Amino acid sequence: MNGYNFAYLDEQTKRMIRRALLKAVAIPGHQVPFGSREMPLPYGWGTGGIQVTASVLGADDTLKVIDQGADDTTNAVSIRRFFARTAGVATTTDTEQATIIQTRHRIPEKKLREDQIIVYQVPQPEPLFKLESSRAETRRMHALAEYGAMHVRLYEDITRFGQVAISYDYPVMVGGRFLMAPSPIPAFDNPKMHMMPALQLFGAGREKRIYAIPPYTEVRSLDFEDHPFRTTRAPHRCALCNADNSYLDEVVTDDRGGRMFVCSDTDHCETRQEAGHAGTGEALVREAPVGSAARGGGMKP
Amino acid sequence: MNIDLPGFADPVAQAQSSFRALLDAMARPGTIRAAGAGLMPPSPLDPATAAVLLTLIDGDARLHIAADCAPARDWLVFHCGTMPCPDPATAGFVVATALPDLATLSAGSDEAPESSATLVLQVAALGTGTKWRLAGPGLKEPAILRVTGLPDDFAARWAPNHALFPRGVDLVLCAGTALAAVPRTVAITEG
Amino acid sequence: MAYVAVKGGERAIDNAHAWLAEERRGDPSVPEVCVAQIGAQLGRAVDRVMAEGSLYDPELAAVAVKQSQGDLIEAAFLLRAYRTTLPRFGYSTPLDTAAMRVRRRVSAVYKDLPGGQVLGPTYDYTHRLLDFALAADGTPPPPAPRAEAEAATMPRVSDILRGEDLIEGDGPRETDREPTDLTREPLGFPASRDARLQALARGDEGFLLAMGYSTQRGWGGSHPFVGEVRLGEVAVEIVPPELGFAIDIGDVTLTECQMINQFKGSKTKPPQFTRGYGLVFGHAERKAMGMALVDRAMRHDEFGEEATAPAQNVEFILYHSDNIEGTGFVEHLKLPHYVDFQSELETIRRMRREAEVALHE
Repeated sequence: MNGYNFAYLDEQTKRMIRRALLKAVAIPGHQVPFGSREMPLPYGWGTGGIQVTASVLGADDTLKVIDQGADDTTNAVSIRRFFARTAGVATTTDTEQATIIQTRHRIPEKKLREDQIIVYQVPQPEPLFKLESSRAETRRMHALAEYGAMHVRLYEDITRFGQVAISYDYPVMVGGRFLMAPSPIPAFDNPKMHMMPALQLFGAGREKRIYAIPPYTEVRSLDFEDHPFRTTRAPHRCALCNADNSYLDEVVTDDRGGRMFVCSDTDHCETRQEAGHAGTGEALVREAPVGSAARGGGMKP
Repeated sequence: MNIDLPGFADPVAQAQSSFRALLDAMARPGTIRAAGAGLMPPSPLDPATAAVLLTLIDGDARLHIAADCAPARDWLVFHCGTMPCPDPATAGFVVATALPDLATLSAGSDEAPESSATLVLQVAALGTGTKWRLAGPGLKEPAILRVTGLPDDFAARWAPNHALFPRGVDLVLCAGTALAAVPRTVAITEG
Repeated sequence: MAYVAVKGGERAIDNAHAWLAEERRGDPSVPEVCVAQIGAQLGRAVDRVMAEGSLYDPELAAVAVKQSQGDLIEAAFLLRAYRTTLPRFGYSTPLDTAAMRVRRRVSAVYKDLPGGQVLGPTYDYTHRLLDFALAADGTPPPPAPRAEAEAATMPRVSDILRGEDLIEGDGPRETDREPTDLTREPLGFPASRDARLQALARGDEGFLLAMGYSTQRGWGGSHPFVGEVRLGEVAVEIVPPELGFAIDIGDVTLTECQMINQFKGSKTKPPQFTRGYGLVFGHAERKAMGMALVDRAMRHDEFGEEATAPAQNVEFILYHSDNIEGTGFVEHLKLPHYVDFQSELETIRRMRREAEVALHE
């Protein structure tokens, strides 16, 4: 794009971000403040991820951008176009082909490799923000590894609901030292972060923080011995590719309770369909209202 | 004057590729990566050392140039656009060819461990010489890094720095056109 | 029903942009508004966009107003995103607002004072009656009467009070460090006053108005007087390192407010008036005054005042005054969140199932 540097950011800004990234990798899970710039996309729409990607990206990279697991959601399209336009890099929807994957709210189903980097867009990097609104104070809490309040909060859930009621952005401990917000990925994706072969980078533009998880690093979702961490997914098969272990989107098909469950990771789903896997293609109808004597209230085809 | 010697021929692309080498090296401690091919920096800098500094240093970074690297001072000032920081204790980056006492460099604070120094240490060779066994984040299993030019008691000198975590100095080793990194998270024993 | 995953995000975006462009232009039988008209006739909008966009460029601000269909926060965002790509050469010497070529200056604390009260171009005493003549194509108004300026200089009220030591001074200027620049380094705490004032000067007018207003209603205020509000043109000077002396690089229009506040004194300080300060690009009295009230409220720790109100909470004010950050994050809720929502759905379903099972056991 005329008049702008490769990947939009000027070199001085990239150097500043690169310095922050190296420190972030050296202190796994610790939020490094950085001089986040105003981007031509709004804050909250991936400016942190974009700045990280722009500072890492090279001409021979292949970029994949997903939002909610899908390559064709409008914001993913918009960000992919931004880099195609400003950096002229190759883009792909194929997880395997990508060298850099920028994501909002999902980790691809396919296991990432050592030669890949995943960049998360982070709206709120501070895992303690609901417990303590002052960032000056949370910074002190991280310095002292003072995380008791978070355990108390989770335990309150267990006493009230019999389980931890956090279903996304579920806090993790990185390398046994820093409490970290994994970004609003579903808790279903949390286990993928543990000992991941790929480097994981996190950018929060509005909050001006960068953090990272090196490859093969311990990432543990907070839990208790008697209440181990567990993930949730809709207990169905994908209606398109029949997958029974992928994260599913619920699509409303009519106004009478009809639902269809399909893979949130569109590339994963298409790859499976190309390999000959096929679902029923059918919507589910509501069986019985929740709370009825019939028990359950789940979905049946 | 040695400022006539060129910096990166293609600053945008070379800074990017050097950074990726460095990022990968930092993420996978002990992995040897290439950087600086084609660079002809002034003595005593090797191409990889020069590439790391050209990639990371500018007027907003505080670089301390150890006495043993003083002959390259003018070149670094000119090509990085920075005024060297005379006090190693307050520097964000230190370039040296001999291992300084790590305790004299900034280890950062508890609230801002990222404000610690990065030591860019030029050694005689990477991939040959003494074996050091590295373990920590980034490594699926302990790795061996061979280095020629580190002091024999390096592991003992590193241990107190590692023990400071999350504070601590991070180390980038450069030799010829190769680099490797040892972040503070890494435990080192003689291999 | 057969289901096909939603496709075509790319085409949807292109079409949306085309529709937007059509809507922006509006009815093509109506003449297009030109940038010069916006600059000349919607000056307050341009000023607000420059202030919140943090870039003094009336022409580009006018373009932004046009491009955003008059959505001023969107316009400020356009200017910010452009500003970020510009190289930074340095910072100016402190502006000398005492040397301002004043178009308007009012003081609420003295009936008359050197330089006089200059009412200038103000809405203050207009009767807010819709002027239906403006709805028709009007002829230009007759030129306003002109007079020679009463005095060559117009000392600031704070300097006049300073003579008797009745009001706090400017404090020593910190020359051993560069001024903070929030566009280059993230906000840190405790935030220095220069960082705070920079954040407020870029801050949202409505937010500062509301927060300043809250201090007047007892939420953390000390009774304020408008020492003065002045509007006019001030020279900007920089000292290029290679020259070593100041050179004038042009004028900017500024609104400055010096708010005077009570202070009872403490064990170590005799009673003295304190100050809150507001300085904004362009003609923006409402914002300069709100800024001055909030600035003073945030200085509670200097005067040993108890901090109990939102306007006194430095972190709260600074993190929430920026409308570009605010609008981005509020509006991002429009982006798809169905993965998170799905995880919530499944958690609630699971919890209800388990509760029901427990009920039957």
